[in-house]
Amino acid sequence: MKQKIFSFVSVFAIVIAVWYLAALLMNGNQLINNLERKNQSWTYQQIIAGAYDVKRPMLPAPHQVGQELIKSIIDRPVTSKRSLIYHAQITLNSTLLGFVFGSLLGILIAVGIVHNKTLESSLMPWVIASQTIPILAIAPMIVVVLGAINITGVIPKAIISMYLSFFPVTIAMVKGLRSSDKLHEELMHTYSATAKDIFWKLRWYSAQPYLFASLKVAIAAALVGAIVAELPTGAQGGLGARLLSGSYYGQTEQIWSALIVAATLGSILVWLVGIAERVLLRRRGELDHA
Amino acid sequence: MLATEEAAMESAPEVTEKPEKAEQTKREMIAIDDLSLIFPSKDGDVHALSNINLSIKSGDFVSFIGPSGCGKTTLLRVIADLEKATSGDLKVNGTDAQDARLNRLYGYVFQAAALLPWRNIQQNCALPMEISGLSPAQQNKQIDKYLKMVGLQDFHKKFPWQLSGGMQQRASIARALCLNPDLLLMDEPFGALDEITRDHMNIELLRIWSETQKTVVFVTHSIDEAVLLSTHIVVMSPRPGRIVKVIESPLPRLKTLALRDDPAFHALASEIRTALAHEHAID
Repeated sequence: MKQKIFSFVSVFAIVIAVWYLAALLMNGNQLINNLERKNQSWTYQQIIAGAYDVKRPMLPAPHQVGQELIKSIIDRPVTSKRSLIYHAQITLNSTLLGFVFGSLLGILIAVGIVHNKTLESSLMPWVIASQTIPILAIAPMIVVVLGAINITGVIPKAIISMYLSFFPVTIAMVKGLRSSDKLHEELMHTYSATAKDIFWKLRWYSAQPYLFASLKVAIAAALVGAIVAELPTGAQGGLGARLLSGSYYGQTEQIWSALIVAATLGSILVWLVGIAERVLLRRRGELDHA
Repeated sequence: MLATEEAAMESAPEVTEKPEKAEQTKREMIAIDDLSLIFPSKDGDVHALSNINLSIKSGDFVSFIGPSGCGKTTLLRVIADLEKATSGDLKVNGTDAQDARLNRLYGYVFQAAALLPWRNIQQNCALPMEISGLSPAQQNKQIDKYLKMVGLQDFHKKFPWQLSGGMQQRASIARALCLNPDLLLMDEPFGALDEITRDHMNIELLRIWSETQKTVVFVTHSIDEAVLLSTHIVVMSPRPGRIVKVIESPLPRLKTLALRDDPAFHALASEIRTALAHEHAID
């Protein structure tokens, strides 16, 4: 445990140090250019002092982002449109909805593919092609098309999350559902088990480790999908909307604090899937073993 | 006990014949007539089994013995309908192998215990009964009875990884017994165990066999094991896989480990060894 904390803290310290250095270089250059344009003289001390205090910095320093985070998370009420919690919760809604439907869709496609050779050859190319299309290109179209038939709000965003999150689940579950031990399959054969029995008593369990690995990828992808869906569509709320308005007005602190909230949200979601996995493994009696 | 047995039987129609079994213990359980199995492969066909003729009577304990590649496991798998014969005729309890499997006539014990790692021992034993549709109460009765028989009465809630290899294999034998099949097919079930555990398991198996009056077909490559367990020993030879000799054991049905010092034991072992060696000389 001590070692874990130590390694986390040291990597964290390195990241912060690199960040401060990068902020100095980028904002410093910006300052120098400004001063030279006005034909003013400057010293290095002046630049180093000023680089961490620029009004609209190219790269805000960690403490500036920290201040913005405190301002937009703690100082404002959760209901405020300037609260990051408010925006995070909007993004979370479509993330979770998209994740649930995406995972179910992913499992369904995988079950179909595993049980039907024709489905594998007919469906798999589409599944793969779907992921080669840049989501940024397709997201506005989905929102516009659904808007035309009066579907607005969380649903279009959830669909984009679903679009990104079903894929890892499908790929992993096709492998997982086929991963059962040959010996166990023969055992089921000697019991003259039906396809239904073989699925629910054998394949489904063999696939579970694969399922959870893919759910971790899927929930992170669902979050990215939700944020991307908020970007080009002029959404009123959500972390994506915060990123967009931040870049409109050159509010880099706002962009970075929204990014940090998004990353934290993603980590929490992946961690929660990990917890669910551990609970299940314990129920399966495999935790101490695995 | 009768009640549970009758219940277990509902899924196996053959069992209606069971009351007669006492009088006709010499009913034919397995009849194999000129059976061959060829595995086609790129560098020529492999004759896994060639012109097998064999009759196994109900209540017998029959061992298949021979070197690797002699087809002893393949023959067992054909009886279990895990492989299809290329030609010839096979009857298991008067029906073909597929019907016997569909009616869950036999219990199969693999070389590895093949317990499902996410089920505890009780749930593992319940698996075949869940599939055959026994009620949970009947399942539990069977599980208690057979786990006790294999000496695992205190291990219901343990998971496979918490058990030693020998205990896992005993659990898999209990699982095979739970459906109360007339026929037990065992593919080197003790092959992976150390010799001390194996001796113990052999004696346990003999006891269970005499208690349950089942027919056992047992694959092994240990001459001692074959002599200690069997009423009949089928000596096989490879390339092509075939039966060299069927030896009927002159020893009593229920044997003890002490019998291994008996001259009759040595005589039988030597007869098997001669049959095996003779075939190798021809090779």
